[in-house]
Amino acid sequence: MAVSKLFGASIKRREDPRLITGRATYTDDLRFPGLTFAQIVRSPHAHARIRRVDVDAARRHPGVVAVFTGKDLQGVINPIPTAWLIPNAELKTPPHPALAVDTVRYAGDGVAVVVAEDRFAARDAAALVRVDYEPLPAVVDQQKAMAPGAPQLHADVPNNLAFKWIIGNSEATAAAFKEAERDGIVLAQRFVNQRLIPNAMEPRAVVAQYNSGSGDLSVWYTTQNPHIARFVMSLVTGLPEHKIRIVAPEVGGGFGSKIPFYADEAIIAFCARATDRPVKWTEARQENYLATIHGRDHITDLEVAARRDGTITALRGRTWANLGAYLSTAAPGIPTILHGLMLTGCYTIPNIDYGVYGVFTNTTPVDAYRGAGRPEATYLIERIVDLVAAKLTLDPAEVRRKNFIPSGRFPYTIAAGLAYDSGNYGPALDRALEMTGYQRLREEQKRGPRNGKHLGIGLSTYVEICGLGPSPVVGSTGFQGGLWESAIVRLHPTAKATVFTGTSPHGQGEETTFAQIVADELGLPIDDIEVVHGDTAAVPMGWGTYGSRTTVVGGAAIALAARRVREKAAKIAAHLLEASVQDIVFDQGRFSVRGSPDRAKTIQEVTLQAYLAWNLPAGVEPALEESAFFDPTNFTFPFGAHVAVVEVDAGTGQVELKRYIAVDDCGRVINPLIVDGQVHGGVVQGIAQALYEGAAYGPDGQLLTGTMADYAVPKAHMFPMFETARTETPSPHNPLGVKGVGETGTIASTPAVVNAVVDALRPYGITHLDMPLTPERIWTAIHGKKRLGR
Amino acid sequence: MSGSGPRRPDGLLAWEWGEGGNIVKRSVTVTVNGVRHTHEVEPRLLLVHYVREVLGLTGTHVGCDTSNCGACTLLMNGKAVKSCTLLAVQADGASLQTIEGLAQDGKLHPIQEGFWEEHGLQCGFCTPGMIMATVDLLQRHPEPTDEQIRWGIEGNLCRCTGYQHIVNAIQHAARTMRAGSTKAGRSA
Repeated sequence: MAVSKLFGASIKRREDPRLITGRATYTDDLRFPGLTFAQIVRSPHAHARIRRVDVDAARRHPGVVAVFTGKDLQGVINPIPTAWLIPNAELKTPPHPALAVDTVRYAGDGVAVVVAEDRFAARDAAALVRVDYEPLPAVVDQQKAMAPGAPQLHADVPNNLAFKWIIGNSEATAAAFKEAERDGIVLAQRFVNQRLIPNAMEPRAVVAQYNSGSGDLSVWYTTQNPHIARFVMSLVTGLPEHKIRIVAPEVGGGFGSKIPFYADEAIIAFCARATDRPVKWTEARQENYLATIHGRDHITDLEVAARRDGTITALRGRTWANLGAYLSTAAPGIPTILHGLMLTGCYTIPNIDYGVYGVFTNTTPVDAYRGAGRPEATYLIERIVDLVAAKLTLDPAEVRRKNFIPSGRFPYTIAAGLAYDSGNYGPALDRALEMTGYQRLREEQKRGPRNGKHLGIGLSTYVEICGLGPSPVVGSTGFQGGLWESAIVRLHPTAKATVFTGTSPHGQGEETTFAQIVADELGLPIDDIEVVHGDTAAVPMGWGTYGSRTTVVGGAAIALAARRVREKAAKIAAHLLEASVQDIVFDQGRFSVRGSPDRAKTIQEVTLQAYLAWNLPAGVEPALEESAFFDPTNFTFPFGAHVAVVEVDAGTGQVELKRYIAVDDCGRVINPLIVDGQVHGGVVQGIAQALYEGAAYGPDGQLLTGTMADYAVPKAHMFPMFETARTETPSPHNPLGVKGVGETGTIASTPAVVNAVVDALRPYGITHLDMPLTPERIWTAIHGKKRLGR
Repeated sequence: MSGSGPRRPDGLLAWEWGEGGNIVKRSVTVTVNGVRHTHEVEPRLLLVHYVREVLGLTGTHVGCDTSNCGACTLLMNGKAVKSCTLLAVQADGASLQTIEGLAQDGKLHPIQEGFWEEHGLQCGFCTPGMIMATVDLLQRHPEPTDEQIRWGIEGNLCRCTGYQHIVNAIQHAARTMRAGSTKAGRSA
């Protein structure tokens, strides 16, 4: 593509002025005449039969407009569906009623809803709803849930097993293990990838308005994908899709937690229709912890076979994935397609035998949380590579290099069948080690602890699958949708442009990066370009923002639409200049005749003529507006190398993260400042899993980490300044060469930090610890073993 | 819960309830961004709900219910407070400043400039609280170290940025404000 001014420029974000002045409008900020407020009554029990729901006192409360229970919604609101029907896995999809009718299956399951004139009356009245529960035994651990005699959540789902998904070649893998037992090494380790709570800073919120005159339902809400929401809303409410409008106003972060279609949006839509009033519902944070999806929660038994030189020949394992009480929108695909297929990471491991059990438990449903399956896979492979290195007393960097897919072998088909688009893993690792001063630190480490503090260095060389994705491929994995993306580039008569995207950014900055793309393609000043997203009434069908796909797929669609605009404008320019279109040269907003640079028309002049239409070439329609629908031919596979340097205080078990080095390759970079921001944020979420965060349930199914005071969302003082750099290996599968960067940090950083801490604890004979690596856990591990030097 | 007297089933004390089941309201007068307001409010109304729902200043956000996140931070009599930890009636007679009142005469405050210049925000939900907390921080530490900044904003959570660009934004603002005050000092 043409050398350009703005592609690659760290320009300031165009969305910021409204956000830094308090002028942005999030869902809870919306006001409507006659607005009412809803409060959802949620089960305090993890598992119980509902004997009776008494709403009389709530109905009599001053200001209450209506109270509804599960029975009121029965037959009107269809069960909430899951959208990823993975094949060959005996997937069970038990019904998920929007409000429970006879059984509640997790603490937080909705039972009734109160609509009132203000949010305080709604809350007061909700406290007056009396539910007579018959508590049932609950199960929260996914392995216990599969055991004989465990409480059963759903009829027709024996052993609570939602699916069993197996990939690989068990015979070839068994042979590789036999060989390794003879001539190499075999190691086994159990890994627990703990449950996390996404914690987007804005809790979820919904405002629904039903016009009984026109039959139109409008819903403003905190979604990452308004068109999917409209699609599902239509299925769930039975209202036709063209009578539903979904708007994502300003959305305050999502991290996957605002992808799903929740029961709550169906409940609020029902309330708006039933009361003929606009209804607002805003989640409180403690409610968010119960009612918004969680992430991760895997238990994995993994074995590795390797030669003595560090070459890994096979992986064999089983994972038990906790899915919570119901299947959330993408839940079945996360621990399988987005996890199991990536098990071999950036290595040429030829044999795998891997299975995942998806299990129902009496807990909050689990779905996509930043990285979604890939952090879990990267954690497994990057930990086990370190275990191999430690066992063979090889440098973990060397073991990685030995197993890297060589740069000359791309596109490379891995054991699980995916074809990685492009990669060059060695230079990223070299760069990271050089920035770290790796050899010097290893020397320092050999000198032993200082003041009881042990130095640890941890590596993580990751690759991830993103830029979701080619529709036929995701369709073959059972995803009930396409994953192409849409764009309209509309020039107005004054050559100001409105760009419509089917993606739905909520903090990632695409109002800026997309404008950078269009500015370059059309030679327009960036201030003349507006990017519109998030409203099904304004933008064409698209699939939304997640899976690091927005720039990869949505940006590509925009580039293609802009190029079509340019081609049409070139035809008009040629006609006006009395030249052949083949002789038209376009540069920085100017169409000129080859060899006669003074014979030229600006894009502004051409656009005006396109609209006046007084003198258009034959066969060219008036106006200047083009659309594009882009479906990539493959996913993209960003990669990189991260290094964590820690000091562990043996006396207290405290980990201090001294340095963090991140070298990422996300292909071509449109806005380096924004890419850095994505990396920083992702890295912090991944480090937080390694060191701080973890959702905990009591055996009775009560969420023990039920508030922000109990769940360790990390703070600024817990991190050093990150050292970032990039290598650039363009993806061949989209016209921009971009790969996606929204999730790389989270995927890479968790194993880097755990590897560093375990590295620091090697003098104590510790080879593995489960996350989060709290001082208590580390101290117990150290002092439970024989003390160093005694 | 403290206090005594007959309780309604939802735990509220009976003295809060007047004739006909309505809550007895109290008068509160505050000056917000230079404008004086008087309202009759329920005694239980949180200051953040007063600002958002009664005054319609929705730039101040609610991100939690345990005073951990800091999204509701505003200035009360010049000091940063979490407006979810105060009742509106406790602010009676106070002067408040919210994010909407920070830019003056159409010109962004240096802290707002800093957040914009250094990409100190992504989704923007924590940003108003973060900026108001920074006003207080830079009053106390006009020349902060990175460490002071990181501890100084520990009451404000951000899930997007990883904080690094926020630290840079605050340093940017501190530099601008120091340069501005030197200039003002010279011209005085």
